[in-house]
Amino acid sequence: MKLRRSLLCTLPVMALLGGCDMVVLNPSGYVAAQQRDVLVTSTLLMLLIIIPVMGLTAFFAWRYKASRKARYDPDWHHSTSLELIIWAAPLMIIICLGGLTWVSTHMLDPFRPLEHIGERRPVPADAKPLEVDVVALDWKWLFIYPEYGIATVNDAAAPVDRPIHFKITSQSVMNAFYVPALAGMLYAMPGMESQVHAVMNYPGEYDGFSSNYSGAGFSHMRFKFHGLEPRDFVAWIGAARASGRTLDRAEYLALAEPSENVPPSSYAAVEPDLFDRVVGRCVEQGRMCAGEMAWLDGQGGTGLAGTVNLLPAPDQASAPFGATPFHVAELCAPLPDTETRRDSLALLTPLTPAPSGASDQTF
Amino acid sequence: MAIEQHIPTTFLFGRLTWEAFPIHEPILVATFAGVVLGGLALLGAITYFRLWGFLWKEWFTSVDHKKIGIMYIVLGIVMLLRGFADAVMMRLQQALAFNGSEGYLPAHHYDQVFTAHGVIMIFFVAMPLVTGFMNFVMPLQIGARDVAFPFLNNFSFWMTVGGAVITMVSLFVGEYAQTGWLAYPPLSGIANSPYVGVDYYIWGLQVAGVGTTLSGINLIVTIIKMRCPGMTMMRMPIFTWTALCSNILIVAAFPVFTALLVLLALDRYVGTNFFTADNGGNPMMYVNLVWIWGHPEVYILILPAFGIFSEVTSTFSGKRLFGYSSMVYATVCITVLSYIVWLHHFFTMGSGASVNSFFGITTMIISIPTGAKLFNWLFTMFRGRIRYEPPMMWTVAFMLTFTIGGMTGVLLAVPPADFVLHNSLFLIAHFHNVIIGGVVFGLFAGIQFWFPKAFGFKLEPFWGKVSFWCWLTGYWLAFTPLYVLGLMGVTRRMRVFDDPSLQIWFLIAAIGAGVIACGIAAFLIQIGVSILRRDQLRDTTGDPWDGRTLEWATSSPPPAYNFAFTPVVREIDAWWDMKSAGYVRPTSGFIPIHMPKNTPAGMILAGLAVVCGLALVWYIWWLAALSFLGLIGYAIWHTFNYNRDYHIPATQVTATEDARGQLLAGRA
Repeated sequence: MKLRRSLLCTLPVMALLGGCDMVVLNPSGYVAAQQRDVLVTSTLLMLLIIIPVMGLTAFFAWRYKASRKARYDPDWHHSTSLELIIWAAPLMIIICLGGLTWVSTHMLDPFRPLEHIGERRPVPADAKPLEVDVVALDWKWLFIYPEYGIATVNDAAAPVDRPIHFKITSQSVMNAFYVPALAGMLYAMPGMESQVHAVMNYPGEYDGFSSNYSGAGFSHMRFKFHGLEPRDFVAWIGAARASGRTLDRAEYLALAEPSENVPPSSYAAVEPDLFDRVVGRCVEQGRMCAGEMAWLDGQGGTGLAGTVNLLPAPDQASAPFGATPFHVAELCAPLPDTETRRDSLALLTPLTPAPSGASDQTF
Repeated sequence: MAIEQHIPTTFLFGRLTWEAFPIHEPILVATFAGVVLGGLALLGAITYFRLWGFLWKEWFTSVDHKKIGIMYIVLGIVMLLRGFADAVMMRLQQALAFNGSEGYLPAHHYDQVFTAHGVIMIFFVAMPLVTGFMNFVMPLQIGARDVAFPFLNNFSFWMTVGGAVITMVSLFVGEYAQTGWLAYPPLSGIANSPYVGVDYYIWGLQVAGVGTTLSGINLIVTIIKMRCPGMTMMRMPIFTWTALCSNILIVAAFPVFTALLVLLALDRYVGTNFFTADNGGNPMMYVNLVWIWGHPEVYILILPAFGIFSEVTSTFSGKRLFGYSSMVYATVCITVLSYIVWLHHFFTMGSGASVNSFFGITTMIISIPTGAKLFNWLFTMFRGRIRYEPPMMWTVAFMLTFTIGGMTGVLLAVPPADFVLHNSLFLIAHFHNVIIGGVVFGLFAGIQFWFPKAFGFKLEPFWGKVSFWCWLTGYWLAFTPLYVLGLMGVTRRMRVFDDPSLQIWFLIAAIGAGVIACGIAAFLIQIGVSILRRDQLRDTTGDPWDGRTLEWATSSPPPAYNFAFTPVVREIDAWWDMKSAGYVRPTSGFIPIHMPKNTPAGMILAGLAVVCGLALVWYIWWLAALSFLGLIGYAIWHTFNYNRDYHIPATQVTATEDARGQLLAGRA
């Protein structure tokens, strides 16, 4: 009787759960589907021990209530065999779960190119992944499609069943790129390039957003991800081309200014190395790219010249003490003060150490 | 409030201007008025009842570990009200902000609310409560008269208060950080957060952190050096063991956090580039370092709660704890393992698969000793005689609730599952499941359990049970919807929502928060009612629950010197052993007892630290320099104060003990 009543109580909850769209448990891309499988398998594995423990807790709590006068043994406090069981039982579960973790983490490593686009559906030998370069801006998403030379803001698409290779970075602060129906998230970080390999199996319109808080406009940092049939995808690219606008470095810097609730838009053309410059933090005219900086440092650095080879960054808030904000200037860029420039180049030559084996260095 | 990039500063007031006072924000003005009125009423009452001298002499300057412990717990409960108010504001905002509505909180306010909620709940609610219990209970359990460094203890407490004061000032002067409770850069850097919010965060936590670290050292030394004769390590009560492990974690982890905040402060104050995106800085290093502190931190909180549950389970089952040694080894295992799991907080940062798997598996391994602990409590209840007083109710509720939280935690430790659940409301539900279901339930069990020891009368059980049931149902109402929302792909810290189908879950969660509010109210009523009815609830025995450990061997409340003669221990559960061996309380032959003297130095030093912190927040350099010099100067001057101890005369000890003898006889 009691049981039936409690079952009745859960009915509205069940109805609610049936009505909601648990995208994490019911995704539309093969990667997210495998991640869901790992989630479900792990849960079932743990329930093997969780359910008995909770059941025993409830039973002992009821059975040994003082008023029930069950057997009382105040000095019983040790049993080697029981202790072996209580350490071994969780250990067994964790060994299984650990194995599952090791294998699935490697198989579902977001940096690993896809081998399958579905259950028993290997990636066709001639398939070339669709590269999508993703930039998290304050507070909108920029998607660059190098294969097609177009870019979009707060709007993304991919043809179904074609592997997608996302390269992800950020302009200013940390974000996370996440389309739950497609694949797990990955952080978007300034100066870093992270990658996600994924595939969308069903046409449709899916939610994408930032899943790492990034400031005032974070809540509106949302976009639609369209899974499209190949011909619809061609049409979608065509629509972007029809916008006629070009995303060059100046346009990018204007776009990167903080803004909220940005409607979707697109660019017909993109400056070819723009994404690499965003990752290298050298979109602004005259800034040295991080890669070049690392290479120079690998050569022994620029010595004292490095302390003057600087560009002011006047629009950046500055600390009360210490240097005013600056960027490192590109070696071949004109500096505002040519006098300083000449001095710095003069300093550069003698201070570079003799390259003993330096030519082997790569970065 | 619009924040300009370059705020003009003046010599006298730094960047503090009239604009810093949020007189245009009705919520804050009303709160401020409430705080001022409440504060004035409190101050007026203290003056009217002539309590200033009493508070100053008996409490504020006290170096008695019991009083300091109680003051920590009062601080924790007061800050709980603030932290919970933040939670209610978030729940309301998220329940309202649908269908194009922006809710009632603009981003600038909402983002401060969730940051402050996290910081306050961890640093100024959970930490003071846990430290308070360790302070109050542990020296009694090991048969000591005080902690190893009594003045340091008082100083640590006031530094914790100082951190809380700095954090609270931000509510009415300027702003608090809008970064989330761990202040990840580059968002928390000077370029993206130029105003005072993050500086309040840094200095509030630095000041409190000094207190936490020093108190950790103090309590470790106390446990190692001050156990009474016969109390070997393997005869220590489990709560003392967990206190030892927790304080070892504090001493090992908090310096990392302190150093991290120093680096972040250097980035913000002198333009270094440790964690900036440019010029060689690396924000990922911050994320690693903050979690190398942050993961042990959650075990700092949960281990003492485990200790409380162990004491409560065996006391109220009338039975020795099952598997004492395996409980100890499990605690030590958790302590060590908690250092090699930090990366599971950011699998999604893109480490390689092998690194992610390693940290995923180490995390799962922690669930083995934790599971063993759960079984130990379970088999302590087995063949026990369980009395369902409020502490035991909290414990059974913990065992059921925490198991679920543990399971979702292990689930999040599987990297592929974490990739789809990280930063989602599922994660929020998980850690509230273990922190409320573990730490908070444990602290409430502890309050109900040790209150009679601290004040000499029991808490009234009816309101205690009301509070318990409200908390339990409120918790499940408030956080089960978040598990569901997490599986629907809803991320944390969102202010507005597009999808109307989510709203029902946020409404249920908001109702849950309301039920928890009733639980908090019932708890406060319980304390009020118990004080009014203290004569009926009086405990004259010092041992109201038929306890097992040494704190129940002395009177309630214990005399300043705790034990007239230092007890001698022969067994685990020393007091139970003494009772069964027919222990007779000594009634004569008392000698003078050497005790530490009260001092206002802790309060003065912490006060100077608060001034220094606030001056640094507002760039008032002359005041920062002056207060810092004052701090160092006063600390040095205080070391020359040799008048630090006194003896309680034998006659007074005899009088106290005789009075207790009469109470005990009167009962018999």
